[in-house]
Formats: sequence, structure tokens, C-alpha cells
Amino acid sequence: MTTFRVNGRDHDLDIDPDTPLLWVLRDELRLTGTKFGCGIAQCGACTVMLDGMPRRSCVTPISMVEGSEIVTIEAIEGPEADAVRAAWTAIDVPQCGWCQSGQIMSATALLQAIPKPTDGDINDAMAGNVCRCATYVRIRQAIHDAAKTLEG
Amino acid sequence: MKHVMWAVATAVFCAAPVWAQDGLSGPDAFAGIADEQARSVALFEEMGKVLTHPRCLNCHPVTGGPTQGDDMHPHSPPVVRGEADFGAAGMNCNVCHGTANMQLTSGSGSIPGHEPWSLAPVSMGWQGASLADICTQIKDPERNGGKSLEDLHEHNAHDGLVGWGWEPGEGRTPAPGSQELFGALTRAWIDTGAACPS
Ligand code: FES
Ligand code: FES
Repeated sequence: MTTFRVNGRDHDLDIDPDTPLLWVLRDELRLTGTKFGCGIAQCGACTVMLDGMPRRSCVTPISMVEGSEIVTIEAIEGPEADAVRAAWTAIDVPQCGWCQSGQIMSATALLQAIPKPTDGDINDAMAGNVCRCATYVRIRQAIHDAAKTLEG
Repeated sequence: MKHVMWAVATAVFCAAPVWAQDGLSGPDAFAGIADEQARSVALFEEMGKVLTHPRCLNCHPVTGGPTQGDDMHPHSPPVVRGEADFGAAGMNCNVCHGTANMQLTSGSGSIPGHEPWSLAPVSMGWQGASLADICTQIKDPERNGGKSLEDLHEHNAHDGLVGWGWEPGEGRTPAPGSQELFGALTRAWIDTGAACPS
């Protein structure tokens, strides 16, 4: 049995301890906002918040989340997440959208750590989130925009 | 009778001192070097097989982020060292590296993990350094995190992250020998004066 909390709800699942969290989120809990891109920690599409920190769910065995609190794109909230969401929609950052829940998780985590990130901070924090539609320019813009709204 | 002989042979074999394991010799292999200083240097050179193995070097870079693989290519995805030797704000090591190695479900290989997991500080970086320089550096409390030689032995013989080098998960070549042997070499090197190669 693995006991953990996802988006404020407790779960008790009898599941192979090696099962990746991403599989559990999508196949068991039907939270399909978190995407599978590579399964090998190379793309960032599967990023969720694990105990308040970003985490690639494709390389997180379910045994590792025992007693943890997980937040996915379906429920992320707070000043930084709200600012990111507003900035993202204001300039229509997504193209196909596949990578975007991961992008939003990483951008939120960055703003939580550095409220006014430089281009360099953005490069470093977002380097693990790949976008095959190459929306990088808008992602950068939206992070700067979100930082500005957080200032006020 | 044959059985007894086999049993005796097996017992003798198992009780014998460990001379070598997978490319790393034990301290006994150096007992024949009469000069203590020369013996100490030889022991350190043997330790050097571990210290300069990719499993150790990859996380002991000299400046920037870690490298990967036996060919020590840059880490993918690209990562930076960060202020705490733990990656960038918003993308620290724990974004991917967990508390233990994890077998990949998609494809072969594994993501390495251990608790704790981080880069060695810059002062302990020795990618590309000579064994002589690594030796001086490793003994220098200014650069080794304030460790005495005894602390260094403890670190080499028992630290969990050092030990990871011998259990690196599928798809990675382990460091030569074992942590036990590396600890024994460190002990013998210290006991012979912790001399450095010139
Ligand atoms: S699916 Fe997890 S990093 Fe690509
Ligand atoms: S928007 Fe299509 S992959 Fe990023």
C-alpha cells in the first residue's frame, strides 16, 4: 500500500512500488493534464510538485512518494502559479500544448525561488523543459511578465 | 575424501586476504615495498584508480556542472552547479534524482539516485587534475571541507554517496573494487604517512 495526497485528496493504492508516479497519475487517478514525453527525465513534460518542489514524475517510483503531497497542473495555485497562468494566457504561450503543464510547473517553481529572474536564471531553471513547438521566446516573455505582476 | 579436500580448499580460499577485486588491489599487495614513503605513494596511486574513475569524477567537476557516462560527456539535460552545488533555483538535482537509483520504465538503464545527492564543492573538484594534485587537495582542510585524515578515512570507507560509486545502477560501470577495499587502502595510506605522488 502506498499512501499519498494528490491535489488535496488522500489516496491509498495497492500498486507495484516501482511504478512511476506519472503512470499512477494518468492511468489510475485519470489526471491526464500531466504529460508523458520521454519517460527518461529528458523533456520535463511530466513535471509535478512533490512536497512543494518540482519533480519529474516519470522517474519517480510510487514508493518514493509515501506520505507526500503532490500537486498537478489541475490544481496548482498560489500567487506565483496564478501570475504564471495569467501571463501564459495573456500572450497565448502554448502552441500544441503538450509540454506546457511541465513548463508551467517549472516556471512557477522558478518564481517561487527567484521572484525576479534574469534571462540567465530562466535559462538555468527551464533547461530541462523541452518544447518541440519552440515556444521558448513566449515562455521567457511570460515568465518576465508574471514576475512584473508579482512585484505589484 | 574428495569432498573433504574440496571443503578445505574452499575454506582456505575464502579465508585468504582479499588481494584484489575487479581491478583494485588491497593493501597487502603493497606489503613488499620496504620504504614506507614509497609504499604510501603506491597505496595512494591505487586509491587513484577509484578517485579518477568516471563514477567519481562526474560529480567532482572543477567548475561547472556535472558530466555523465564513462566518456564523461556533459550532463543532459543541461544543468548548472548552482549556489549550493545542487543545481539551479527551480531545477535542482532532486527534480530528477531521487533517494535511490531508479530503473527506467521506458527503455533500458536507470536514473541514479541517493540520499543525499549533490555535486562535490568546487574546492573538491578534480576532473583533469594529476594524482599528485588530487592528493594534496584531498589532504588540505581548507579545500576538503575541514576534514582530518581520520575524517577522510571515514568518508572514503563509509559515506553513502561515495559508496554509490560501486552501486551505480544499471547502465553504469561501477568504480573498481569495493568501498571496503577503498577504505582499507585509505587506512593503510594514512598509517604509512599519507604520502603524495610527486
Ligand atoms: S516524460 Fe518525464 S521528463 Fe520526459
Ligand atoms: S507547445 Fe508544443 S511541445 Fe511545447
